[in-house]
Amino acid sequence: MPTNSPGGLTAATPPSTVSRRAQHARGATKRPSLSLRTAAGVVAALMLLPLIYLIIRTVELGPQILEILARPRTIAVFFNSLGLTVAVTASSVLIGVSLAWLTVRTDLPGRHFWGTITCLPLVLPSYVGAFALIAALGPNGMLQRLLAPLGVERLPSIYGFPGAWLALTLFTYPYVQLSVRAGLRGLDPSIEDAARSLGRTSSQVFREIVLPHLRPAIAAGALLVALYTLSDFGAVSLLRFNAFTRAIYVQYTGALDRGAAAVLALLLVVLTFLILLIEYRLRGRARYYRSGTGTSRTRTRTRLGPWRYPAAAFCALISLLALGVPVLVTGYWLLQHEAGGQQWVGSLTIMLNSVTASGLASAACVLAALPIVIHAVRHPGPISRLMERCAYIGHALPGIVVALALVFFGARYAPYLYQTLFMLILAYVILFLPLAVGSIRASLLQISPRIEEAARTLGYTPRRALYSVTLPLLRPGLFTGMALVFLTCMKELPATLILGPTGFHTLATRIWGATEEAFFARAAAPALILVLISAISIWIILEHEEKE
Amino acid sequence: MKQATQANSGRTMTEELKQTHAIRCRALCKAFGDVEAASGVTLDVAAGRFLALLGPSGCGKTTVLRMIAGFETPDRGEVEIGGRRVGGPDVFVPPEQRRIGMVFQEYALFPHLTVEQNTAFGLNGRAHRSERIHDVLVLVGLEGVKDRMPHELSGGQQQRVALARALAPRPEVILLDEPFSNLDAGLRDRVRQDVRRILRKAGVTAVFVTHDQEEALSLADEIAVMIDGHIMQADRPERLYRRPATHRVATFLGDANFLPGQASNDRVECEVGTLPLMEDAEGEVEIMFRPEDLLLTLDENGPGEIIERTYFGHDQMLSIRMNTGTILKSRLVGCCRGLHEGERVRVRVDTPVMAYPYAYGCPVAQA
Repeated sequence: MPTNSPGGLTAATPPSTVSRRAQHARGATKRPSLSLRTAAGVVAALMLLPLIYLIIRTVELGPQILEILARPRTIAVFFNSLGLTVAVTASSVLIGVSLAWLTVRTDLPGRHFWGTITCLPLVLPSYVGAFALIAALGPNGMLQRLLAPLGVERLPSIYGFPGAWLALTLFTYPYVQLSVRAGLRGLDPSIEDAARSLGRTSSQVFREIVLPHLRPAIAAGALLVALYTLSDFGAVSLLRFNAFTRAIYVQYTGALDRGAAAVLALLLVVLTFLILLIEYRLRGRARYYRSGTGTSRTRTRTRLGPWRYPAAAFCALISLLALGVPVLVTGYWLLQHEAGGQQWVGSLTIMLNSVTASGLASAACVLAALPIVIHAVRHPGPISRLMERCAYIGHALPGIVVALALVFFGARYAPYLYQTLFMLILAYVILFLPLAVGSIRASLLQISPRIEEAARTLGYTPRRALYSVTLPLLRPGLFTGMALVFLTCMKELPATLILGPTGFHTLATRIWGATEEAFFARAAAPALILVLISAISIWIILEHEEKE
Repeated sequence: MKQATQANSGRTMTEELKQTHAIRCRALCKAFGDVEAASGVTLDVAAGRFLALLGPSGCGKTTVLRMIAGFETPDRGEVEIGGRRVGGPDVFVPPEQRRIGMVFQEYALFPHLTVEQNTAFGLNGRAHRSERIHDVLVLVGLEGVKDRMPHELSGGQQQRVALARALAPRPEVILLDEPFSNLDAGLRDRVRQDVRRILRKAGVTAVFVTHDQEEALSLADEIAVMIDGHIMQADRPERLYRRPATHRVATFLGDANFLPGQASNDRVECEVGTLPLMEDAEGEVEIMFRPEDLLLTLDENGPGEIIERTYFGHDQMLSIRMNTGTILKSRLVGCCRGLHEGERVRVRVDTPVMAYPYAYGCPVAQA
């Protein structure tokens, strides 16, 4: 599960500096209390722990770093990841833009239906998607079983680059589609009308007006896809494509060379930061472009004519692959399973594990987010801003990197914590704190500091004002943050795999393990549960966005 | 309050002054970065009085209010509330211990509490709590809606809840930050009168911040005009309007005519004749009189021409261009007596005028 789930990039919008002056002038200049600043500082420092430790660990290697970097294996991994990222991004853009255009701007029959259905693959964690593909098309998979009576003994291998490419494309194109769709809807139709009135044909209008307008939206979506692909562990590892995340995992579990794992991890972080940097730059511009108001009714739609049949077929094919296959496969393997009820019982205990770890992590995240957010929002300044930025670091770190850094750290400095639930929860907090910070921040911004001041004039100390006014009003934000973290933790794979106590299986690790060993039936029930959970979390995020 | 009355009935003059000033600010300074919000603000508010802190937006008036409340710490200067030093170089009493009530611009009602709970918020653990809540709610006329939530109330009602909440703990002073700016024009007049009545009845000292001179003139016992972080003048509304201390205060508090003149004792020689002065002056001065002081008489050979007429119903504003090119404004109440654009007029000023040191190159009438 990559850290850049949809929630990671929507709910967790980094702080803006726009209102700084205003807040300043209106008296947010009171000094924060020492306990608040200390708490925020501790959380911020904790967030930096994995990255700093990873850097220390790498620097310790000394000149060996260069040797590791120069290894043909390292170079191969680098280009594997790069190639996969480029390929997935390109194909996602192609599919996402076509789907967005077809469902928003043409007279495609059933365009509302297709518009919804093609976005749904967003709810599939990548490893569930990979499980579906492998269980359908892999050796001993559904297709082969169905074809076996016809004498087909082998199918072309799904593993490696083609499988990873297909899986990641199918489960990431909705990012582009959603972003472009928003861009298309934000475009003021009168601009197009103006171009038409100046003598442009509709295809010229598309090229000269619509596409340039969409460029930021496409870029934003593409960068999300790139980020997702780069940090994805589930699909890449199950489909056995040697990208960074898988290579790091193999190095780590094989205990071949932990130094090499550290170097690879740091290299991955550098790449991720680069992409985030570009994304961050472009995001501001994308917003600028999307300034149009909702005047989408008067828009004319492109008539597809006879092209509407292949267009509908295209939508159907994508939906079938991205949504139909996982549903069919899960259903098929659920029914196939010989032991029937026992599978559900087994899934229940696993689910309990997932719920425990995720529940603790969500509570911890909210507790850690509160001082950061209150400090940043109520006492804006360079220090609080820096601390808040630190809280967002999990946003940029692939799960496998955080897990690896914590394993190193635990093994060396805290062996009593190593392989305990505490470490796993710490990893979750580092990875998903941005979700909690994002939603609590949005909520706190809605609460005027005047309300706290009103309580002060009525004889309440700052602390009592916090407990009797701010926190009760913050409840919706706390709840959203907690729910988001909880649901995201339920789906998390690499950190759970590496940091979970021995014998501690969650829904995610069960699906992964079963798929890897080709016990597809065992993965089906957890997969179903996870998809439901995932659907709820995306629904919450969309609700949350609407409110903002 | 009791202490204050005792003091009135027999103490030395200085002691009495000290006691009857509910708020004293001494040379308050506050800067935000390079922006000086308040530079040397000195302000006294007598107990039981209603002071308006009037100024254009961004002049620092809200900062002064927040320094009195304790939400901003002054860089320099002192604040005293009820004779107790609450802010200064060596003291800082936090807002919750200053015994102030505050009404915020957006009211800042607690959205999760009912009207009654909002009002009760500052009364934790006090004796006769429920009586007090009842009394205050009756005072503001909200007894009937005490179980409603803030979002179920009209703007005017929310305003009164904010007032009730601030009044309930019997604060020394009430501070109101642009209390009427969130109400639409139709409602504003009524709510202003309500608030004034309620505060009078509660017998409390109040300071309110506003940028609306009409609001300040009609509501306050006293107005302090603040421009660019300085208090330009503090006085009763009538005096402030009739005798603004400077050119800027004059223009800020309504329409004004300015003319150059030659002063000698209590008279000034200027384009519209020899006029009486409010205060003696000598030499070159700039004089100011209000448009309603400029009287017109139709005269074909008069030195002025009506160039513009704006009719408001209850009165009308005329612009007159004098032969010298000077433009003067005249406000006339009642019927227009054939004063139309293009007519020629004679002008006259009967009331005493203000004179300022001559500081402007060529002063002309300003709106």
